[in-house]
Amino acid sequence: MAKVFVPYNLRKLTDGQAEVVVPGETLGKLIENLESQYPGFEEFVLQDGRLKPGLAAVCGHAATRQGLLQKLDEDTEVHFVPAVSGG
Amino acid sequence: MVSTFEPKSDYKVIGTRPIRHDGLDKVTGRAVYGADIKLPGLLWAVVVRSPHAHALVKSVDTSAAEAMDGVYAVMTGADIPKHDDKVVDLGEGATNLKWAADNIMADEKVVYQGHAVAAVAATDRYLAEVAADAIKVEYEVLPNATNVRDALAPDAPVILEDLVGDDLGEEVRNTNMASHFRHEFGDVEGGFAKADHVLEREYSMQMVHQGYIEPHNATAIWDQEDRIKIWTSTQGAFPVRTQTAGILQMPESRLKVTPLEIGGGFGGKIPIYLEPICAILSKKSGGRPVKGIMERKSVFEASGPAPGGVLTVKLGATNDGKLVAAETDMKLEAGGYPGAAVGAAAMCVFSCYDIPNTRIDGWDVVVNKPKSAAYRAPGSPQAAYAMESAVDELCEQAGFDKMQFRVDNAAKEGTRRGDGVIFPRIGMEEVLEATKATDHWKSDIGEPSKPGNKRGRGIASGYWFNVGLKSSVNLALNNDGTVELVEGSTDIGGTRASISMQAAEVLGIAAEDVRPTVVDTDTVGYTDVTGGSRTTYATGYAAWKAANSMVEELTKRAALLWDIDEDGVQFEDGVFSSKADSELQISFKDLAGKLNDTGGPVNTTGSVDLEAAGGAFGTHICDLEIDPDTGKTDVVRYTVIQDVGKAIHPSYVEGQLQGGAAQGIGWALNEEYFMNDAGSMTNSSYLDYRMPTSLDLPEIETEIVEVPNPIHPFGVRGVGEVPICPPIPAVANAIEDALGVRIYETPMNAGRIIAALEENGD
Repeated sequence: MAKVFVPYNLRKLTDGQAEVVVPGETLGKLIENLESQYPGFEEFVLQDGRLKPGLAAVCGHAATRQGLLQKLDEDTEVHFVPAVSGG
Repeated sequence: MVSTFEPKSDYKVIGTRPIRHDGLDKVTGRAVYGADIKLPGLLWAVVVRSPHAHALVKSVDTSAAEAMDGVYAVMTGADIPKHDDKVVDLGEGATNLKWAADNIMADEKVVYQGHAVAAVAATDRYLAEVAADAIKVEYEVLPNATNVRDALAPDAPVILEDLVGDDLGEEVRNTNMASHFRHEFGDVEGGFAKADHVLEREYSMQMVHQGYIEPHNATAIWDQEDRIKIWTSTQGAFPVRTQTAGILQMPESRLKVTPLEIGGGFGGKIPIYLEPICAILSKKSGGRPVKGIMERKSVFEASGPAPGGVLTVKLGATNDGKLVAAETDMKLEAGGYPGAAVGAAAMCVFSCYDIPNTRIDGWDVVVNKPKSAAYRAPGSPQAAYAMESAVDELCEQAGFDKMQFRVDNAAKEGTRRGDGVIFPRIGMEEVLEATKATDHWKSDIGEPSKPGNKRGRGIASGYWFNVGLKSSVNLALNNDGTVELVEGSTDIGGTRASISMQAAEVLGIAAEDVRPTVVDTDTVGYTDVTGGSRTTYATGYAAWKAANSMVEELTKRAALLWDIDEDGVQFEDGVFSSKADSELQISFKDLAGKLNDTGGPVNTTGSVDLEAAGGAFGTHICDLEIDPDTGKTDVVRYTVIQDVGKAIHPSYVEGQLQGGAAQGIGWALNEEYFMNDAGSMTNSSYLDYRMPTSLDLPEIETEIVEVPNPIHPFGVRGVGEVPICPPIPAVANAIEDALGVRIYETPMNAGRIIAALEENGD
């Protein structure tokens, strides 16, 4: 069960909850489960079956480089934040 | 699974200071830059740019230019392929293709002064300029908005009619607000209710430019086989390929981009400007090579500066000096199209501190200025100015010691960053301890150089998260034991050396025996930009992998020579030896001489796609002296203290720290896009856009702190961006210390200092 930090804009989908605990062995499975529990979530994070351009999924301490295939441990924290690189 | 590494201290190459591999070429003028490119039949491109900040393009008459002898091609925005309104990743972050194309050349509307509207290619530059002058553009000038306050006013002109803003998840039309997002955790109102001291302030900042010496340039050939070759000054050849292919609707594989030497970038040479224009002009001229170079005015007015904006910070602390709540609202200028670095600003703004309850609002606001781009830790200097000024003022208000307050509230492993993400092992506490131990901190500020002048000292901290991303390296072993290293990372700050040194450390040879070459996109695997403080970290990691593969292959060769199992061979300090027979030894170099007898060439590769490098922190100490009569400010002593993980080549690390500090000091004291009511920049030359020179600054002292990054083989974190974050607030805090007045707007130039003193009754 991963702990998902719900982006502020999506808290209307989770009755205002800032954190939800959702099962998912991979990030892709987690998003599937988020969508089934909180319809509308997937539209925010996916485009053409991949993480949306400009969005990063932080699994633990850092943004994953494995996209939806990223494996999640039981206690992984997942954050959806703007993707940034730098100058 | 992310690999972790134990820190070492007994390196042979890492941490030394070899002469840079490209040094002789640079100092003798042999290094090839974009302006040096000469090809048979070369044409010159000149771009026609809008004199208006906001206008409809009613017509473009190119007939007179087309009729001129020596003019081979003319283009307008109509020649740029049309794109759907779709966000894609073009290698420099998420980009709306339609707007990215419009930014290259406007078709129906210009949204900033300097916006390209047409271009010509002719046999020489002067003829091209004459032809460009002959192009007649009819505009309908519209009201402009060049800052976030004007752009968000109820009666503001709408700059992009098709922009659909995102206000906390709700769609908004007829707006200049591209997005408004929020990060929030903890109980912010509850936190402030517990606070004994609350301070809230607003800070304004002007747009600034990276100020690289070399202007943007590109040369392109679009040949008869529909292949495009580009030579350009860039921070990333592969992102140039991706962006140009996206704009021109071509498969990336049909483009070859060769990065030339780069005369500075600092983030500003990640976007493309001239590449698609030169390519289209080449196609229209029958496949001739076309070269374009921006003049300085266009670099200022039409490339990608760092956003200005308006930021508020509210802090709450208890009597025992603990921060209990923080709130910020950051509105940054995107320029003519969405994409201000406010997402990064949000990640950085509270990152130096451990605060249990925070709320961050970020706004990306479209204004009639050039589309902003990355500039060294994009968004973080703006955030640091607001946050570190507020921390200082809160300490003054509550009577806290400014250093002890920072120590008591320092972020550490397990602290939540402002966007909620938990920090792994970081070095903020070590940086503050190192700051306290510097000679600068322990020394008296000294007496002013003349009676009446005032001296002050300021400190401030900053953070950058340092990215990872993709890099590739190829190694080829020569029979004299030297190694050719082929990489795709443009060398801006000495990375040929820092990457070669990581390969050399693994191979047990001297840094000088690894010869690095930066190559084109056909010659090495995909490599992301030199930016995000990622190159020594990620490309160095790729070099480490390639070097380890070379050791593995040579282990097999040694086993073959000695007719033993390869498991019986060990490698240490550049020598292969038998574990069982100490007589069997051969050096790396001697074994290289036996390649032809043991199976032929040894070539290896390394490629990575890495997570973030592990954030880094810096604290700066600034002493300055001010003449209250004139407002003239001199920085008299300045020290940079930064955690770099591991300094691969300390000289280049120190250079990055000094360069970042110098740019930040310029941002603090002098630099700004000075806009008039017509929306025009009035200081688009280096005469009027005042950057600090070596004569303006003292020797910038550096103190390297090394808290090894556990997810890099040598502990590298990334260096180049953090040092531009603390200078602006360090200067602001020093001004307050000197004069007793605080300035809430950059640049804190002589005029603003005099005005602040007058307002204070001094």
